[in-house]
Amino acid sequence: MISSLLRSLWLVFRHLFRRNVTVQYPDEQPYLPPRYRGRIVLTRDPDGDERCVACNLCAVACPPDCISLQKTEDEDGRWRPEFFRINFSRCIMCGLCEDACPTYAIQLTPDFEMSEYDRQNMVYEKEDLLINGPGKYHEYSFYRVAGKAIAGKGKGQGLNEKKPVDLHDLNL
Amino acid sequence: MPATTGEAVHLVLNIFGILLAAVVAAALLTWVERRLLGFWQDRPGPNRVGPFGLLQVVADMLKLFFKEDFLPRFADIPVFVLAPVIVMAAMLLGFAVIPFAPHIGVIDLNIGLLFFFAMSAMAVYSVVLGAYASNNKYALLGGLRAAAQTVSYEVFMGLSLMGVVMLAGSFDLRTIVLAQRDGWFILPQFLGFAIFLIAGIAESHRLPFDLPEAEHELTAGFHTEYSGMKFGMFFVGEYLSILLISSLITTLFLGGWLGPWLPPLVWFLLKMSLLVALFILLRGALPRPRYDQLMSFGWKWMLPLALLNLLVTGGLLLWRG
Ligand code: SF4
Ligand code: SF4
Repeated sequence: MISSLLRSLWLVFRHLFRRNVTVQYPDEQPYLPPRYRGRIVLTRDPDGDERCVACNLCAVACPPDCISLQKTEDEDGRWRPEFFRINFSRCIMCGLCEDACPTYAIQLTPDFEMSEYDRQNMVYEKEDLLINGPGKYHEYSFYRVAGKAIAGKGKGQGLNEKKPVDLHDLNL
Repeated sequence: MPATTGEAVHLVLNIFGILLAAVVAAALLTWVERRLLGFWQDRPGPNRVGPFGLLQVVADMLKLFFKEDFLPRFADIPVFVLAPVIVMAAMLLGFAVIPFAPHIGVIDLNIGLLFFFAMSAMAVYSVVLGAYASNNKYALLGGLRAAAQTVSYEVFMGLSLMGVVMLAGSFDLRTIVLAQRDGWFILPQFLGFAIFLIAGIAESHRLPFDLPEAEHELTAGFHTEYSGMKFGMFFVGEYLSILLISSLITTLFLGGWLGPWLPPLVWFLLKMSLLVALFILLRGALPRPRYDQLMSFGWKWMLPLALLNLLVTGGLLLWRG
C-alpha cells in the first residue's frame, strides 16, 4: 500500500516538468479548423443572390428552436426569407441547421467571440447574418441546378436536368 | 521581563514580525497551492492578476471582504462568530514557540512542545463549535468527524514526538534544535517523523485527511454555513496550521535553522517550504480514505507504531547509558 502511495506521489510530482496543456486564450488564439461550428452566417450564391429559399428545414431541425423565419416570394418566382432570425442565446452550435439546409445557405463559421452584455443583442437578424460570399461552397447555386422554374429559366433548363416528361409520349 | 529597552524593542519586533509574516505567508500559500496544484495537473493555475498571478491573493481578499457576511437565522450567533476566531488565534499563538533562527522567535518556553499541543487542541474547539453553532446537519457531521479524528490523531501525535524529546532531553524547542548539531533527528527518529507527518496532516484537516470538510459528501463540512471573512478565517487558519506543522517538523526533525553556508533563517524557510510543498503534493496525489478506514488506521497502526518507537528509543537510550 505504501509503495503505491509513494508511486502516485512520484507520478504526480513528475508533472511539474511537463508542458502545460492550457491554451491561454485571449493572449494565445487557438487554431480553429475551417469546419469549426461557431457563429452562423447566411451565404450568397456565386451571383451574389441570397441562397436561402425559406424552406424552414433548418428551423425544424434546430433542437432548441432558435431559428425563426418567414417566407416571401419574389416576382420572378424565387423564394426568400422575409425575415430570418437566430437567437444565439439559445443556439447550441450543433450544426444540424447546416446539415438540414438543401441550399448550403446556412453555414457555421470558426468564430465564437460573440459575447454581449445585453441578452437582446444576441438575437441576430437577417442583415446581421448575411455575408457577401458563398462560404465553404464556392460554385453552388441552388436555382441553377434545381427543377423549380423561375423567371428566365423554365422547366428542364436547369443544370443536368432532364426535359420534363411529355405526357403525349407516354403511349398509355 | 525584558531587561533593557533594546531587548523590549527586539521582542516587540519579533512578535509583530512573526505575526505579520505568518498571516501574509498563509495568504500567499493559497496562491502557492493553486499554482503548484495547477502545475501538477499540467495547467498554469491562477496567473492573470499581477506578476505570476501573485495579486490573486489580494483579489480574493477583496472579494471575501465585500461578500455579504451572512448569519443564518437558526445559528447560535455568539458561538458562530467566535468559532473562526479561535482557530486563527490558536494557530497564531502556536507560532510563538517556534524558534525560527538564533535570535528570531517570540519566546523560549521550557514546555514549548506542550504549548504547541495545547494550541492545536484548542483549534479543534473552533471546528466543533463552528459546526455545532451552524445548526446544520452537514456541518454537524463534519464537526463530529473533526472531533473524532483530531482526538484520536492527537494521541499518537504527542507520542510520536516523545522520541525526539528523549533524545534532546527537553521540551524546549530551541534546545531541541541545538541538540541536532551532530545530526538531524529525522535519521534516528524516522518512524517518529513519518507518524508525526501523518498526524500533522490529520490535525490540519488537509487532504487526504480532510474528512471534516469532504466537499463531495458534506458540501463543505463544518464551514458549510460560513461566508465572507468568517469563512476566510477558517481558510487562513487551515493554511496557518500547515505552516505551523511544517515549521514544527523542521524544528523537531530537520534541524531547524541549522545548516551550512546560508543564513539560518534562509535554511529554516527553505526546509519549511519544502514541507509545505509536500503537503500540497499529498493533496494533489492521494485519495481520501473512508471515515472508518481513517479511524482504524489511526488506532490500529499509528498508535502501536508510535508506542513501539517510544519503547525502542527509550530502550536504546537506556542501553547506551
Ligand atoms: S446550430 Fe443547432 S442550435 Fe444553432 S441554429 Fe443551427 S440547428 Fe439551431
Ligand atoms: S437556411 Fe437553408 S434550411 Fe434554412 S430556410 Fe433557408 S434554405 Fe431552408
